[in-house]
Amino acid sequence: MDLKLTADERAFRDELHVWLSANVPKDWAERKYDPLEKRFDYLKAWQRKLYESGWAGIGWPKAYGGRAASTILQVIFWEEMAKAGAPPFANVLGLGLIGPTIIAFGSDDQKQRYLRKILSAEEIWCQGFSEPEAGSDLAALRSEARLDGDHWIVNGHKVWTSYGWAADWCELVVRTDPAAPKHKGLTVLLVDMKSPGVDVRPLKQITGETEFSELFFRDVRVPVANTVGTVNDGWNVAIGTLMHERGTFGAGLQVMYRQNIERLIALARSTERNGKPASEDPIVRQKLAQAYAEVEIMRLNQMRAFSKINQTGVPGPEGSIQKIFWSELNQRMQQLAQELLGPYGQLEGPDGYAVDHGIWSYGYLRARGNTIEAGTSEIQRNIIGHFVLGLPRSY
Amino acid sequence: MQFGLNETQQILQTNARKFFATECPMSEVRRIAETETAHDATLWNKFAEQGYTSAFFPEEYGGLGLGLVEMALLMEEMGRALVPGPFLSTLIAGVFIEAAGSAEQKERFLRPICDGRATAAHALLEPNPARDIHSVKMRGGDTISGTKIFVAGAAAADFLVVVAADGAYAVHAGEGVAIQPMPSLDVTRKYYAVTFENAIAERLPNSGNMQRAVDIATLAVAAETVGGMQRVLDLAVEYAKTRKQFGNPIGKYQAVQHMCADSYLETESARSAAYYAGWALQENTPEAALAVSIAKMYSSDAARNVGNRGIQIHGGMGFTWENDVHLYYRRFKANETAFGDATFHRERIASLIIDGVAPALMRAASPLLATQG
Repeated sequence: MDLKLTADERAFRDELHVWLSANVPKDWAERKYDPLEKRFDYLKAWQRKLYESGWAGIGWPKAYGGRAASTILQVIFWEEMAKAGAPPFANVLGLGLIGPTIIAFGSDDQKQRYLRKILSAEEIWCQGFSEPEAGSDLAALRSEARLDGDHWIVNGHKVWTSYGWAADWCELVVRTDPAAPKHKGLTVLLVDMKSPGVDVRPLKQITGETEFSELFFRDVRVPVANTVGTVNDGWNVAIGTLMHERGTFGAGLQVMYRQNIERLIALARSTERNGKPASEDPIVRQKLAQAYAEVEIMRLNQMRAFSKINQTGVPGPEGSIQKIFWSELNQRMQQLAQELLGPYGQLEGPDGYAVDHGIWSYGYLRARGNTIEAGTSEIQRNIIGHFVLGLPRSY
Repeated sequence: MQFGLNETQQILQTNARKFFATECPMSEVRRIAETETAHDATLWNKFAEQGYTSAFFPEEYGGLGLGLVEMALLMEEMGRALVPGPFLSTLIAGVFIEAAGSAEQKERFLRPICDGRATAAHALLEPNPARDIHSVKMRGGDTISGTKIFVAGAAAADFLVVVAADGAYAVHAGEGVAIQPMPSLDVTRKYYAVTFENAIAERLPNSGNMQRAVDIATLAVAAETVGGMQRVLDLAVEYAKTRKQFGNPIGKYQAVQHMCADSYLETESARSAAYYAGWALQENTPEAALAVSIAKMYSSDAARNVGNRGIQIHGGMGFTWENDVHLYYRRFKANETAFGDATFHRERIASLIIDGVAPALMRAASPLLATQG
């Protein structure tokens, strides 16, 4: 056990730090409060810049535009991005989920065709997994594809599709053998969102934003060459994708949480309780200390898990504790912010009496989604119960 | 950067787990717990042969000079096995001697510990309204007088390290030292009230180093707690797999399964915090004190949660004396309050992160700490 950075790791961090200092756009501090739809082209341009300087997909193989960087370097990458206050990538799902899936399961032609355009954000990707009748029970999905010569004919309905409205391509899971048991008859297809018969309807969420969409497919023709992996083996491909959902991506999150808690400490100093700064109130101090400690433990849990990935090469089901930890911690931290701010916590917008551009009222609502998206807390606890602890499957 | 254990650490962990499973199974724990002092000389000699009594002390006094991550690992295995008796109290007394004693005192007090010839105890809390570490008011000289309470393992100890307001003292058990049992929850590690009446005392000259020693002791308690949490989790999961109701193992039901998942999350989190605190203390990083308080704060609350779930999952069986979970539950309560509970450490964390100052863990002793170079 040695938590100091090696000389190589330090050199990597320093190189990235210098690059970020020179290249993080100055106007991001203002633009980040724009709604997602309005800032999306800005984020695509930012990702293009990262790509051209070799900072996109650093963990990917060199042959596909990556640096084959170790897990630890990837962790350092996300931490430095967060510390520098850099804008996020536009093609989040392409980089984090779909690209790694194509690398693991795709054909050589698919790798040549898609991977670099994922890195450069030239093609934005979404993930067509959940359906109205298939959420946590993903394998119950009913969207289907049947063969017609060298094409699949796709019909179905997907929902909660993040970035659906922005996507050029979709990693779509469909049923190709209705007679097989539910996990055995699925196939993963790469679908051009401009194909005739694809209809995208944005969904407005409780924050007022439109992160996700509904997708409708009516007799959409998809070339058979766009099949990922083996026909009817789509469950394994999809699970491979979902395992990446708990990859190194979260490393930046603990940095942002740390920034949040530091901001809360500053707010506690400038807020009064019983005629004294709230930062001197014993109850506030207990709560700030608890939140700070939990952010630190989240970081340590991640470091332990990443060290294991670094040694074994694959994320394990233990990663499920990270998802539960960061999602529930964010909810507790947002509630703490609300307690500190009192009635000001509900104010929105950049002007007037709102604190910090209204990020705390937004964060309070947005955090509700954390324990639902990317696998609900209940599903994560099922995964721990069955796959980690060996308890019988409950469903 | 590598958070995982290195080969030496893995070997230490594996060997210790095997050793305790063989030499100190629960039947032995229960047998030893029922003896007057919960100290078993035969088992102690085996600890010495394994190098456990000498593991973390300097080689010049007969120790092996292992580091604090290793200490956390051994304490974790001891906690998993619920090792009874004065190991922890001897370890902590030794850590205090190493921090504050002169070379000559270390030779006299540490070497017998390393050799397995001596057990020891540390005496901190006093019977006054300050129910935490801030209660220290006793003062010493060539002799020392006053009462210390919650002194673990005192009846078996050859000597005691007494933390007073004006420094730390070594006192031999014997004349002027009266030891009374304090019946309490943890039956495997017994507490005593120790009254000193003009007992001959030796001042440890470097008491300014006690802060770090207290941090090491605090880590040892947190790490031991992690091991107990793992064992209670294992017991609960095993029971949930075998106990059937309504035709199914109860672990098939999500109400039970999710309790197990939560205990897993808290156990792994407490482990991450304890290992990191060990590393930070060993490397003397600027965040070491904070890391120790985070580890102790988290394990204090989390062990209680894991213990509550462990009993609940066992149902009526969990409420019986025969079932092992309550023995851990008792140890958890003792460890929760030893060297500062969660509330105490949250305030220490708050001082560090809000006020930017490191409060002395023993506030009463801080004038003393300030005078030492």
